[in-house]
Amino acid sequence: MSTMSNSLTEARAESLATAGLSQGDVSDFFALLKPRVMFLVVFTALVGMVVSPSNVHPVVAFVSLLMIAVGGGASGCLNMWWDADIDAVMTRTAKRPIPAGKIQPGEALAFGITLSAGSVIILGLVSNWLAAGLLAFTIFFYVVVYSIWLKRSTPQNIVIGGAAGALPPVVAQAAVTGQVSLDSIVLFAIIFMWTPPHFWALALVKSGDYERAGIPMMPNVAGPDATRFQILAYTILLAPLGMVPVALGFGGLAYALVSFVGGLGMLALAVQVYRLREGEPAMRVAQQLFGFSILYLFLLFATLLAEHGFGLFRPVLG
Amino acid sequence: MADRKAPQSLTPEEQKRRRKRSLALALTLGALVLLFYVVTIAKLGPGVLQRPM
Repeated sequence: MSTMSNSLTEARAESLATAGLSQGDVSDFFALLKPRVMFLVVFTALVGMVVSPSNVHPVVAFVSLLMIAVGGGASGCLNMWWDADIDAVMTRTAKRPIPAGKIQPGEALAFGITLSAGSVIILGLVSNWLAAGLLAFTIFFYVVVYSIWLKRSTPQNIVIGGAAGALPPVVAQAAVTGQVSLDSIVLFAIIFMWTPPHFWALALVKSGDYERAGIPMMPNVAGPDATRFQILAYTILLAPLGMVPVALGFGGLAYALVSFVGGLGMLALAVQVYRLREGEPAMRVAQQLFGFSILYLFLLFATLLAEHGFGLFRPVLG
Repeated sequence: MADRKAPQSLTPEEQKRRRKRSLALALTLGALVLLFYVVTIAKLGPGVLQRPM
């Protein structure tokens, strides 16, 4: 019944699109921007800004942040345009606006390209062209390198594609300082190294979904056990990397505590994921690692924000 | 252009959605005008209009 009404909706949407009219609601267009990913982009970019010593005007900083958010949303939109066919067969994504028949692929493509171009040009005019170039590269990397090229061709898709999700702090720092420093590269590295254990924990739970869609995620290609080993390996690298801001001096006492305890938590769960391989407990612990990884990254960046944005920074030594 | 059919009659629900889309677009354009004005003042300062002739 729902399939029938869905195809009726799609037929109507197509006929309206032929007449130059959209079927989509404002909320459908907003959903194309992947609001939750956009929040993560804004959040990490904001931290990239506050840890940078700059005396840029607050309005310029705000508009730069807004354009980074719009650019992030645009790349999400173009990703949904390209991936509409596989989104339709995965339970997690089947209700997205394009597979649900609410928005035509062409509309999403035009929306995404317009927002991409607009965000890059405005960021360039408002801040500088290094930041704009980095934003353009981020969008290109996410849409062309990750979505179009890697996602369907290699189990290393999210490892390499993770670079796009890790770039917002670098773009943000470039927007307010005009350069890229080691601090923002470390923030980039933390998100980059966090991405594989985060996504592979989800992939262990949702491997059936990815298999149906024909996406070569690590559990489907190398097997769940090899994935568990790689999750552990990346987490062993991630936990100390999370503490590098302390060594570089932009992570204070609170950050040192949070990154140490959080890193231990990630390690403990990764070890559990490696050890528990059968049945319900294995799925449950993978789900727990996925959930905790979100909390871990959030806490790392929230602590940096609190230390630099709200004057709570206390040096670890002295 | 030649392929494009004349707009069909819209259902009340479709009309409502179109009104909301138009409103969102208008608000976005208005916000952009405001944004360019505020950024101009922020970057160039309030003396932007006081230039020697």
